[in-house]
Amino acid sequence: MDVEKTNPVIVVKNLTARFGDNVVFEDVSFEVCKGEILVIVGASGCGKSTLLKIMIGLNKPFSGQILYQGMDITSVEEKELNLYRQNIGVLFQSGALFSSMTIKENIELPLQEYTDLDPVMIDTIIKMKLGMVNLAGYENYSPAELSGGMKKRAGIARAMALDPQVLFFDELSAGLDPVTAAELDDLIIKTNEALGTTMVIVTHELESIYKIAHRVLMLDKEAKGIVAEGKPQDLKKNATDPRVTSFFLRQKPVDPGEKRFYVK
Amino acid sequence: MTTTPAQKKCPEYYEIDAELEDLNLTLYLVGEFGLKNLTAFERDIRQEISRQKLNSVTIDFSKVCYLDSAAALALLQMEKDTNYQEIKFLLVNLSDESKGIFSVIHENALMQRSFRDLPDKDSFIRKIGQSSSDIAGDFAKFITFIGELIVAMAYMIRHPETLRGKDVFFYVQRAGVDGLPIVALIGALIGLIIAFMSYLQLKMIGANIYVPALVSFAMIKELGPIMTAILVAGRSGSSFAAEIGTMVVNEEVDALHTMGFDPIRFLAVPKVLATIIVVPILTVYADFFGIFGGMIIGVTSLDLTIKTYISQSIKSIQVFDIITSLIKAGVFAALIAAVGCQKGFQVRSGAQDVGKFTTSAVVTAIFLIVVTDSIFAIMFYYIK
Repeated sequence: MDVEKTNPVIVVKNLTARFGDNVVFEDVSFEVCKGEILVIVGASGCGKSTLLKIMIGLNKPFSGQILYQGMDITSVEEKELNLYRQNIGVLFQSGALFSSMTIKENIELPLQEYTDLDPVMIDTIIKMKLGMVNLAGYENYSPAELSGGMKKRAGIARAMALDPQVLFFDELSAGLDPVTAAELDDLIIKTNEALGTTMVIVTHELESIYKIAHRVLMLDKEAKGIVAEGKPQDLKKNATDPRVTSFFLRQKPVDPGEKRFYVK
Repeated sequence: MTTTPAQKKCPEYYEIDAELEDLNLTLYLVGEFGLKNLTAFERDIRQEISRQKLNSVTIDFSKVCYLDSAAALALLQMEKDTNYQEIKFLLVNLSDESKGIFSVIHENALMQRSFRDLPDKDSFIRKIGQSSSDIAGDFAKFITFIGELIVAMAYMIRHPETLRGKDVFFYVQRAGVDGLPIVALIGALIGLIIAFMSYLQLKMIGANIYVPALVSFAMIKELGPIMTAILVAGRSGSSFAAEIGTMVVNEEVDALHTMGFDPIRFLAVPKVLATIIVVPILTVYADFFGIFGGMIIGVTSLDLTIKTYISQSIKSIQVFDIITSLIKAGVFAALIAAVGCQKGFQVRSGAQDVGKFTTSAVVTAIFLIVVTDSIFAIMFYYIK
């Protein structure tokens, strides 16, 4: 898919995040374009999750803006932020399904709270959403009875309950076996193609990245910001930055200052 | 899931233009069709269709600029209903995006029966039976746990170097030092209330001088240990259960097992030991504050001097009472900590389980405190 650069859904402007004196990243700016799958990568501790949390309105940045339809979600009141939240869906690392509710009740919750639909229609919508994520028939299971991959898919169904404009995924394939991870990737691609949903995904999984990403943003801990941006294949082939190549080639970066002691 | 780029103007309303020709109805949808207006446009379309007898209904999508999956689903449901009434239902002029949205709706998924029905509500008799068996099971588990705890304690006594002193100290601080203010406050208030209430009664027979004795007797023999124990059950028993329960949920307890550590020795023993150390001390502290609370009434309302009040209090207290009170406090402490830890280990999964067993820890501890206290009351009476 060609990314329509001219049509950003979310604009991140000069974002800085700090924990006390510790600067996580500084002056980060980028756009999330309509219908694209944007993957945010980087080594552990580079601030990917922090960035995601700020983008979904859970944390406040130290400075900077995040614009969604002209509204800066970092500074608006809680009420307006809730409007934004109805337009996004988030899949947390572990699925974050409510353990005291069945799968059906998990998906039902946003539909009951935010729409005026009658129960029959809500039931049908739930069946449709479960069908989309290949979980048809699992309505009355509790989250504890599902496998890791199924939990994630149920989480996606809940995240998509209100047909959001943007879906966020934290550590998409963390803790999943390769087959389940690949199924999840297919689901992501299918959903993106069929519904045109914009997606922002944080992941480490290189295979996933090549398969699903339209565009990759790479954050770096030392640089405290974005060190690379582009299509994953291009980054793999053309990047000269050692931080980028080492990530895409899965190699430890060569540190010229590192002293090695060999035992003969 | 907008079907068109945002800058293309999409009206924030919807319109349905109807055109009827020889029993063939064409509905032109204009604008936004999604979750927000689903109920309204569904009603409107159904109204249009039911207005007269029809051969076919054609829905024209050429002017739709927003469609979501719920709206698409509603239209498919209408298609089913009209087909049932033998009316043809056609969707025309769909954009590629709209086609994509229809493509995610799987007929099979909609027809799929749930793999499992929700369990039926248990009948009253069944509930009673279940609860009885649960109570018996809980009791057995508690006894087993006490056994395991004693084994772990014995091991610790034989191998004192295995005791995690730092943990014990930590819980001494958490259950003891941090609890001082609330124990003092409650102790003082209880003393004050007893003094005031007994003063109201005793003044009628001119027996005011017995108020200090009554307060100190009641505080040291019964209220001091029992109030302190209830406070500790609420403060620390619950926190032990929640802490261990969360560790179970996070698989930390499993990790201990696999590393070859006995979770009871590792997690329960320091807590039980710390609680046994602090509760008697807290009890003495509560007793002092109870007597102090009574003294406030004694000095202000009974015209007793501080000296008289104290000497009257001391007169009524025997060393035996103090010792039994401390023994009681120690036993209560062991019960609170053991119940708290045991309930924590009973957690299986999920946040709700943690809440359930934390509550259960406090309720069971208080129940056991009262039962044990009544046993002690009879026992000490005969010993003395």
